[in-house]
Amino acid sequence: MQPSDLSAATTVTLDCLAVGQVAEILEVQGQDAIAVRMLEMGLVEGEPIWLLGQAPLGDPLEFSLRGYRISLRRKEARRVRVRLLPQPTSSGACRS
Amino acid sequence: MKPLAVAVIGNPNTGKSTLFSALSGLQTRVGNYPGVTVEKKIGSVRWDGQQVLLIDLPGTYSLSPRSPDEMVVVDVLLGHQPDTPAPDAILLIADASNLERHSYLLSQVLDLGRPTVLVLNMMDVARRRGIRIDAEKLSERLGIPVVLTEAHRRKGLEHIPSAVRKAIESARPRHEVFPEKFRQVATQLAEHWPRHDGVAPERFLVERLLLDVDGEVERRYVKHAGWPLGERLREARQELLQHQIRVPAVEAQARYAWVRRLLDGVYQRPSQQELTWSDRVDQFLTHRWVGLLVFAVLMFLVFQAIYQWAEPLMGMIESVQDAVGSLVSSLLPPGPLRSLLVDGVIAGVGAVLVFVPQIALLFFFIAVFEDCGYMARAAFVMDRLMAQVGLSGKSFVPLMSSFACAIPGIMATRVIENRRDRMVTILVAPLMSCSARLPVYLLLIGAFVPDRYWLDGRISLRAVVLFAMMSLGAVIAVPVAWLLKKTWFRGETPPFVMELPSYKWPSWRTVAWRVYERVWAFVRRAGTLILATTILVWAAGYFPADRQPLDQITAQIEQLQSQLNASPDDAEIQQRFEQLSQERDRLASQAIAASFLGRAGHMLEPVVRPLGWDWRIGVAVLASFPAREVVIATLGTVFSLGSADDSSSGGLVAALHEASWPDGTPLFNLPVALSLMVFFALCAQCASTLIIMRRETNSWIWPVFTFVYMTALAYFGALVTYQLGIRWLV
Repeated sequence: MQPSDLSAATTVTLDCLAVGQVAEILEVQGQDAIAVRMLEMGLVEGEPIWLLGQAPLGDPLEFSLRGYRISLRRKEARRVRVRLLPQPTSSGACRS
Repeated sequence: MKPLAVAVIGNPNTGKSTLFSALSGLQTRVGNYPGVTVEKKIGSVRWDGQQVLLIDLPGTYSLSPRSPDEMVVVDVLLGHQPDTPAPDAILLIADASNLERHSYLLSQVLDLGRPTVLVLNMMDVARRRGIRIDAEKLSERLGIPVVLTEAHRRKGLEHIPSAVRKAIESARPRHEVFPEKFRQVATQLAEHWPRHDGVAPERFLVERLLLDVDGEVERRYVKHAGWPLGERLREARQELLQHQIRVPAVEAQARYAWVRRLLDGVYQRPSQQELTWSDRVDQFLTHRWVGLLVFAVLMFLVFQAIYQWAEPLMGMIESVQDAVGSLVSSLLPPGPLRSLLVDGVIAGVGAVLVFVPQIALLFFFIAVFEDCGYMARAAFVMDRLMAQVGLSGKSFVPLMSSFACAIPGIMATRVIENRRDRMVTILVAPLMSCSARLPVYLLLIGAFVPDRYWLDGRISLRAVVLFAMMSLGAVIAVPVAWLLKKTWFRGETPPFVMELPSYKWPSWRTVAWRVYERVWAFVRRAGTLILATTILVWAAGYFPADRQPLDQITAQIEQLQSQLNASPDDAEIQQRFEQLSQERDRLASQAIAASFLGRAGHMLEPVVRPLGWDWRIGVAVLASFPAREVVIATLGTVFSLGSADDSSSGGLVAALHEASWPDGTPLFNLPVALSLMVFFALCAQCASTLIIMRRETNSWIWPVFTFVYMTALAYFGALVTYQLGIRWLV
């Protein structure tokens, strides 16, 4: 990865995090009930969020945010744009 | 002196109900707010001699109403809800270990401009997690009293009354979190709000109107106010957008920015990227294999409890009912009064109480799971599966419980916050094969399904039929749920954005309270209606037949019985006794034929003929409206078996085999038995379920709808079964 395209390349949606990966929230897309609920739950620009794991059947996902644990379906998580934060572990699951 | 009204509000999982019950004790009135499914709970207490009404509001993440159900909370807080006192103060319960997120609701509540007290509950959990809170400084910054509590240990509660009084006495300036431009636009919009008696609209509602796109405030007020307000609202949102203020994101940004300033330096939690004790438990309980296994074991335990452990308790209630019935019978001569008391009132009370063990056991488990934090994980684990039929993981436990009994199952749907999901779950719950259907299946399978085996005796035809009958309802429920979600309850997919609370040991006091509360709510509010239904159906089967000869014979039989008890070897009395018993059974069958129920059965015969039934089966099905298993006793009566309590013995089976059409052909055969079983698998012959449905949905529409759709399903299911059956099976 070139350092110059770091910011563009590390912008993904929340469902693409690997377990243990931390990202910073950029935006929740849409203005329907789901978007509003995610905003109310604290998914606000600039906030770090951390993928803890997934349900046994693969969906929903469990995240850590603002010191508490939240469950989001993959479909919902796909609407949250995040920027990957530098971390020791490997890169996100959705990047080619 | 006018009683003080205090509204109690908080996020889900804050220990709010524990705190509410600790504050209000047993003096709680439970009801429903008119027109919605929200439970209304008001506790009455005395604080230093003054009467205080505590209004419990449902747990909520925010005050931005998107449905009439959510609007109730706002209406109560603003004092707009008729027949609920306007609150003099608001008690906001927050989880001390999750204060950052819970302060979002706090910030909205402060916008209401009412005297408010912040209660930081679960202080023990916060301390254990290494969270430090400077409550004094927090109170100073907020300008409202802050109380620290551990509700499940009843710690700190004694400070609440004085804090409420302090909040009411001291005024605090309006709290503003929004940018200057937003406030200007809101003020302009308020100008166009229609005034009632010259009163300006609540600032809170104006802001909600602006912020909640397609929200309930917009639906309610813009529709009523009509043209100018709707037009101005569009312009106002446009103007905000020009100033880079995006609705609805601006609210979360502004409030969380306020929260950050508020908590800076007074609230410290350990760094985020650290696994807590609870996270480690969670990794285990939501693990791919272990998680599913633990879930399956726990659900099996719950199911076993309501299906099997409840059995001896229910048997006890039934034997007490029988004992009281016999006692009354021995004191009163045969006649209408005795029949009313024994077959109407005592049977009706028994019909109510018999559900108590199942309700108590299910709510014991639900309360434990909820209090220790597992309930949210159960929904988390099952969500993927339930999403296939358009529901969420929260519907799993109620539907699974309905396999034992739909009544506790429907009561358990309270954990589903989304109204549409909850309604669909309630409407399909009675399709799950409950334990009351089992005796009907066992009787008919034992009597008419051949005892055949395949694969060296490993597969029994009877077991296959039983399994098919038990799964039929659940299989049918899938398209029904899908259809309901596509038609009546269509709408945006509800978010499954849910907090997964940290694990803790359940508080037995909280668990005991929940069980007591649910059982009492059932007995008080559904019990009377169930009793009334039982008495009505009793009357329909009793009147207007001439029962005097029957009563005389019964009196004679009872006399003979006591003689027989004295000298059991007297063959003459024995013979006379048997003669009279036969005569009584014949008269009883005539009496029910002449009753309202019997007449209705005769009238219905053309309708049930295509199902292979005669009027007698029709009567038995009609009489089973209070509860499915009653059909067995009624079959006994109409086929001249007396009150067939010996249904499990061969008597009823033999009588069914002998029963014939007027032309002498046998009435029952395999297709008839199958059609009757399919009917019972799909029908809504359970008045108690319909009544609990009315209580939980706060409307008669849904029980009526359920009765109609399930009866239609049952009829067509039975029709198809019989018509195919006589072509293929006979």
